[in-house]
Amino acid sequence: MPHSTAAPLLRVQDLTVSYRTGRSGLVPAVRGISFDIADGEIVSLVGESGSGKSTTALAVLGLLAPGSQLTGRLEFEGQSLVGATPRQWRAIRGRQIAFIPQDPTVSLNPTRRIGRQIAEAIRIHDRSTPRSEVHDRVIELLDRVGIPQPDLRARQYPHELSGGMRQRVLIAAALANEPQLIVADEPTSALDVTVQKQVLDHIHALRSDLGLAVLLITHDLGVATDRSDRIVVLSDGLVEESATAEQILHSPSSEYTRRLLAAVPKVDHGRLRWDAVTQTVLAPEPSRTPPPAATAGDAASADSVLIAHGLHRSFKGPRRGEPIHAVRNVSIRVPRGGTLGIVGESGSGKSTLARLLTRLSPVDSGRIVLDGTDITDITGEQLRQLRRRVQIVYQNPFASLDPRFTIARALVEPLRAFGIGTARERDERAAELLSLVGLPEDFAHRLPAQLSGGQLQRVAIARALANEPQLLVLDEAVSALDVSVQAQILELLVRLQSELGLSIAFISHDLAVIRQVSDSVVVMSQGEVVEDGPADILFNDPQSPYTRALLEAVPGRERMFASLPVRDETPITPKPLGPEAFDDLEAAHYLNSALSPM
Amino acid sequence: MTRRLERGAEFKDWGTYVGRRLLQGLLVLWAAFTLAFIILYILPSDPVRIMLSGSGAEFANASDADLAKVRAEYGLDKSAPLQYLHALWNAASGDLGRSIQRGMPVTDLLGGALGQTVRLGLAAFAIALVLGVAVALGAAFTRNRLVRQLVLTTPSLGVSIPTFWSGLLFTQVFAFRLGWVNVFDQESWKSILLPALTLAIPTSAFIAQILAKSLSATLGEPYIQVVRSRGASEARVLLRNAFRNASLPLLTMIGMIVGNMLAGSVVVETVFSRMGVGRLTFEAVNAQDIPVVMGVVILAAAVFVVISLVVDLIYPLLDPRVSVRTARRRNAAPSPLTPPSPDGTAADLPSPTTATIQGAVA
Repeated sequence: MPHSTAAPLLRVQDLTVSYRTGRSGLVPAVRGISFDIADGEIVSLVGESGSGKSTTALAVLGLLAPGSQLTGRLEFEGQSLVGATPRQWRAIRGRQIAFIPQDPTVSLNPTRRIGRQIAEAIRIHDRSTPRSEVHDRVIELLDRVGIPQPDLRARQYPHELSGGMRQRVLIAAALANEPQLIVADEPTSALDVTVQKQVLDHIHALRSDLGLAVLLITHDLGVATDRSDRIVVLSDGLVEESATAEQILHSPSSEYTRRLLAAVPKVDHGRLRWDAVTQTVLAPEPSRTPPPAATAGDAASADSVLIAHGLHRSFKGPRRGEPIHAVRNVSIRVPRGGTLGIVGESGSGKSTLARLLTRLSPVDSGRIVLDGTDITDITGEQLRQLRRRVQIVYQNPFASLDPRFTIARALVEPLRAFGIGTARERDERAAELLSLVGLPEDFAHRLPAQLSGGQLQRVAIARALANEPQLLVLDEAVSALDVSVQAQILELLVRLQSELGLSIAFISHDLAVIRQVSDSVVVMSQGEVVEDGPADILFNDPQSPYTRALLEAVPGRERMFASLPVRDETPITPKPLGPEAFDDLEAAHYLNSALSPM
Repeated sequence: MTRRLERGAEFKDWGTYVGRRLLQGLLVLWAAFTLAFIILYILPSDPVRIMLSGSGAEFANASDADLAKVRAEYGLDKSAPLQYLHALWNAASGDLGRSIQRGMPVTDLLGGALGQTVRLGLAAFAIALVLGVAVALGAAFTRNRLVRQLVLTTPSLGVSIPTFWSGLLFTQVFAFRLGWVNVFDQESWKSILLPALTLAIPTSAFIAQILAKSLSATLGEPYIQVVRSRGASEARVLLRNAFRNASLPLLTMIGMIVGNMLAGSVVVETVFSRMGVGRLTFEAVNAQDIPVVMGVVILAAAVFVVISLVVDLIYPLLDPRVSVRTARRRNAAPSPLTPPSPDGTAADLPSPTTATIQGAVA
């Protein structure tokens, strides 16, 4: 590695950052981390929420919130940045160290044309260049990041561009002054997987074309192993491990890294199964040719709890006479006691489909049959009674639980709605539900704010199960969670399904997550079903080019899924979080909400 | 080519939008008129007696013949629906009746007073804008937390100062003690300073409150952090990037601001004895000069209608995310049918202005 001889481009040594909070004084977010970045090197900081990765990024840019304390060494090209004046920082930011932010949809000024925003990035450091030359440079930058018709695009406003396009604009602005180092904070976590691939390819190319060094902040080990020379694994503000991508994958030295790797959902493994004897979850490697007798497709046609046929739903478009077809001629079957995975990118209509299946939104045409009864047109009391039989769990548990209800109150709400049981019986049921989802019973009296995201999602699942529904619809129910928490929730679902015989419609943008829980799969794009079939067949031999493109774009393909040890060797025991984990989690939450969107 | 077609569609949309909003405005005017009519004329009381008892001693013991004469003059001898239709017809053709107190047509009275009040209002608005923006920007620029908090408390102070008190105070200090201005010389432009300042103080406090809150929200937006990451100075961040976006909510509040100033002018014009709409209102209410009160109600409603229309038409020019098309959709159907847009932008559009402004009318 080149960084061992000369001074590295960026040196971070014993860096500690603490935030000042109102109540408890200083909360350390980063506790003495060290790493170097050499010229032209890509280094990834990987960690879950609260690991301190975003704080490190802000420290490198000198953008920590006022009142935060920084100690340790931070050197750029041999010069110390600790204690640099605001003026000195301004000369470095944008010119030598540039920034690519997390969510392109909120990172451009909505009321200024994108050309002007890039021009501003140039103007800040260069006031002498004439206007026309700056304009030419803007066009050139837009062209370089692969934006078609740059002349036209420069005159557009951010909302007229797609998310991936906007991220390219932000990359163009970051490149404006030819910096030596780019700090990219989760640059693709808000983007669809296929767009993510394009943007990451682009950042990768910058290194080879321009010799840029990149500090890549990501929660996704797949992204990190695909894209970086070295990976720094952070946990709770400490460096767990710092090694090359190959080393991290093949011989991780830290226990934490191993656990993180194990928690990453594997797209090349089979469906998770609950083993009642050992009380563990197993993930078999899929046999290349699934045994024909056991295919879920046959089981589904034999017995489906929910059958939807030819569903159609359109919305009023932005222009008269041109409706948006959110769901077009979609037919699906949810196998009884099994899981139908519905996968698609944003705008594919999968969330609209969830609302149609649960009758939360009316269908334009098509039929929905639940357990032999047509529920397409039921209204009034019949529709209300349907709510007992079909339940939905959403992505964000912070938003789907009333912050003023105790957990017990939230859990018995469905029972109260249907006048089931006495107050005491309902309390007993709440305790029962808590233990069912692996939470301690004394959680009953807590408020949602006292629980972590993963625990709240368990509560949301428990609430959905209160009335013993026949069908559970999960709309991106694990997408907002950290990968290790996500793994726990997926295992919980697999266990519940096996113990209660639940039928599940599982909606996600994440192919690997879908792979882990589904018996059969439906791939959606732009409101239509592109491909469907038993999971084992569809993932091993995708027929449609779209499914193949999706699989191609799954991060981690380059190094991770080719070489990982078989997961069978390390069965994961579901591990309920004890209350002692909370103090850290609360701090993690505070930082997480302050630093990065869910 | 497609762009030109889009323009055409946009333009056509714009035309229908304005037409629709004008119709809505007429509806609001009609509702205001009807409500005022019901309260002033039809509720159980004798408007003629009220008018006469209020207008002076000579009618204190009016004979039945006199009463009948006045009734006939104002059309009050007819049935209520007929009276209403008569008054509505007159109002629609621009005749708001005659003042009982002064005998002049109400429209002439209002027209004469309006100029004074508009001058006062514009001067007050200009002062309020400068003061309010200065306080809000000052707070945003201040690094020291304590000082910022201190600056941010001034608006609540400003809102709570009663204008009759501050008006008298200013007169006492600036006109009498220091003798800088002559408040009684209506011709001099200087005379407008003190009443305008009096009227501006609560308004500026209101502006400062809204702008400071909106500025601090805008400064927390991710795109501001991105601008900082490019090496921008705080002045550039604040003035070139945050200020314009933060002032958009203020625009939606203009209806309310003007409403407050109209209400405030009643006190201020009375304190400074200026003959404007506020003073006219005060005297008309005092003398129970019902036609004039009706006229003021309609004028106020018309001002709101015009301002809300103008604000809604200007808004798309300042915020490119809002087009007349989306505004119209929002007004027409407050249904949850907003399609799930692929990138979620439609969901975070700033709220339309109409709701706030119509709220202010009520």
